[in-house]
Amino acid sequence: MSTTIAAPPDKRVLITKPRTSDRIFRGVVTAFGISALLILTLIGVFLSVRGIQTFHSQGWHFLTNFKWEVVQNDDGTATSNLGIGAMLLGTILISIVALLIGVPLSIAMALFLTFYAPAKLKTFLVSVVDLMAAFPSVLFGLWGFFVLMPMVTYWAKLIYKYFNWIPVFSAPEPFFERSPFTAGVVLAIMIIPIVTSVSREVFAQTPLDRIQAAYALGATKWGVIKSVVFPFGSSGVVGGAMLGLGRAFGETVAVFTVLNIVFRGNWHVLYGAGGNVASLIILKWGESTGDETTALLAAGFVLFILTLVVNLSANFIVRRSVKSGK
Amino acid sequence: MTQINQGDDNSTNEGESMTTETVPSSLAGVAASRSSSRKPGTLPMGAGLEARGVHAWFNKHLALRDVSLDFGFGTVTALIGPSGCGKSTFIRTMNRMHEFIPGAAMAGEVLLDGKDIYAAGTDVTKIRLQIGMVFQKPNPFPSMTIGENVLSGIKLAQLKVDNKDDLLEECLVRAGLWSEVKDRLSAHGGSLSGGQQQRLCIARSLAVKPRVLLMDEPCSALDPGSTLRIEDTIGELAKTMTIIIVTHNMQQAARVSDYTAFFLSDGGPGQMVEVGPTSEIFSRPRDKRTENYVSGRFG
Repeated sequence: MSTTIAAPPDKRVLITKPRTSDRIFRGVVTAFGISALLILTLIGVFLSVRGIQTFHSQGWHFLTNFKWEVVQNDDGTATSNLGIGAMLLGTILISIVALLIGVPLSIAMALFLTFYAPAKLKTFLVSVVDLMAAFPSVLFGLWGFFVLMPMVTYWAKLIYKYFNWIPVFSAPEPFFERSPFTAGVVLAIMIIPIVTSVSREVFAQTPLDRIQAAYALGATKWGVIKSVVFPFGSSGVVGGAMLGLGRAFGETVAVFTVLNIVFRGNWHVLYGAGGNVASLIILKWGESTGDETTALLAAGFVLFILTLVVNLSANFIVRRSVKSGK
Repeated sequence: MTQINQGDDNSTNEGESMTTETVPSSLAGVAASRSSSRKPGTLPMGAGLEARGVHAWFNKHLALRDVSLDFGFGTVTALIGPSGCGKSTFIRTMNRMHEFIPGAAMAGEVLLDGKDIYAAGTDVTKIRLQIGMVFQKPNPFPSMTIGENVLSGIKLAQLKVDNKDDLLEECLVRAGLWSEVKDRLSAHGGSLSGGQQQRLCIARSLAVKPRVLLMDEPCSALDPGSTLRIEDTIGELAKTMTIIIVTHNMQQAARVSDYTAFFLSDGGPGQMVEVGPTSEIFSRPRDKRTENYVSGRFG
């Protein structure tokens, strides 16, 4: 006679029956919780539905076309040749400038706040940096226009004078005001708060035992930062920089204030011509009709997708770096 | 200041032999065999590390009161005592790691070759090169390979080494890890087992050629097998350097150390109750509290 091992019984279904009040509360909270996602989806759907006509008429060329023209024909119809190529190029150019200037400053600031600042100064500075994040961007724009621009123009001239042999720093004509460089500097200041606060958070999570290990080996403070803090926090800083990039992509008013918006593929960072997708929308919105309006909505959809992708990947990177503890 | 006197070894009187019986014979036996295998008296005393009237505070709380201890060159000293008695705090004052804790303060002197390491103008990083430390939890740098971990101190302190490969091998051999990792030096430090990681940390602290090695409960996170490996390593290392080890494991203190210092806190700041050759502390301690502790009646 062979003994068979009895199969384990079926798993029981565990049910808890919530009270009615609990069910109602849960329903309300869930509804509001989902509404955020719903609103985001609705915006995306709205933009794509309204803008889709542009993609039909202009095709993928919409993304690479540097022209934005509406020609009135004699018979009352209009022929439009619309593209956001110049604006996309400008967006990328400005964002790169903003990141190149803003990220190192933010890292330095985060290091100071985490490892050097006395406790009281730290608390104060952290709230100042957070306040900076909450500042209306038009204020940055105005300040950038009146205070920063003259200075930045001067720097631009200097850079042009000594580095114009580097293609990016050359210019078709010596016109340096309201350039992508200027807009990038203003944006750099605007992304400092978010990049600083994310970097500060990951730096502060550096395991104490690794820091002590480095000190016990005769490391200087800089040695500890270089060998322990940076390897640990690098992906967090990258994530923070991408959140900054998300902001730089979408920034409208500040860029609109300081930038000379021109429909022309300009990659000369010091030359006073450029634009970005967001500022295009605000520039053309008031006067647009028909095809142009649709095209602006399509541009909005492109911006929506860009921002979504950048922010989602930033969040992913930040979360992974915090979790893995590497 | 407590001087350790080798001459006391043979002086036994009635009272002390009475206490011998109250101590578990195993511990005393281990300590005796350990002590007889080494003759610390032949090593130059006083050429190592000296603590004089060390006090330590955390903010207003006095955690350690007036500890004076001599650590002769080439000796292994175990610091034992129940939790919260200040032994970890004390060992951290010996290479100025104590001051990393916000609000930490100290008083007294710690002399390395007669020079106060707390003197104004001292380069702390140089002090820590001479007085290395191994921590309770193995803490290799996870972003570095095994080889890079061992040599990280060289890089951090910007020391010049003629042959890095030789140094790498030497340190891993001395830490008792070479045979296990020699084929995978480029693997990451985090890929090793806990015990291997701790020996990697020992190898890492050896690379900068310290003269004193502080070990803060180096085996408390490890399994018995790894613990034994590390104890063997300690025995090897003691031939060329001074070792101070904090341990909760009295068996371990008996196995590895030449001298044992017993710390205790009676609710107030921790103090050193007694220090002496390990065999004596475990067989005929002078203080009743030490006897109670080593015989397992409390703590």
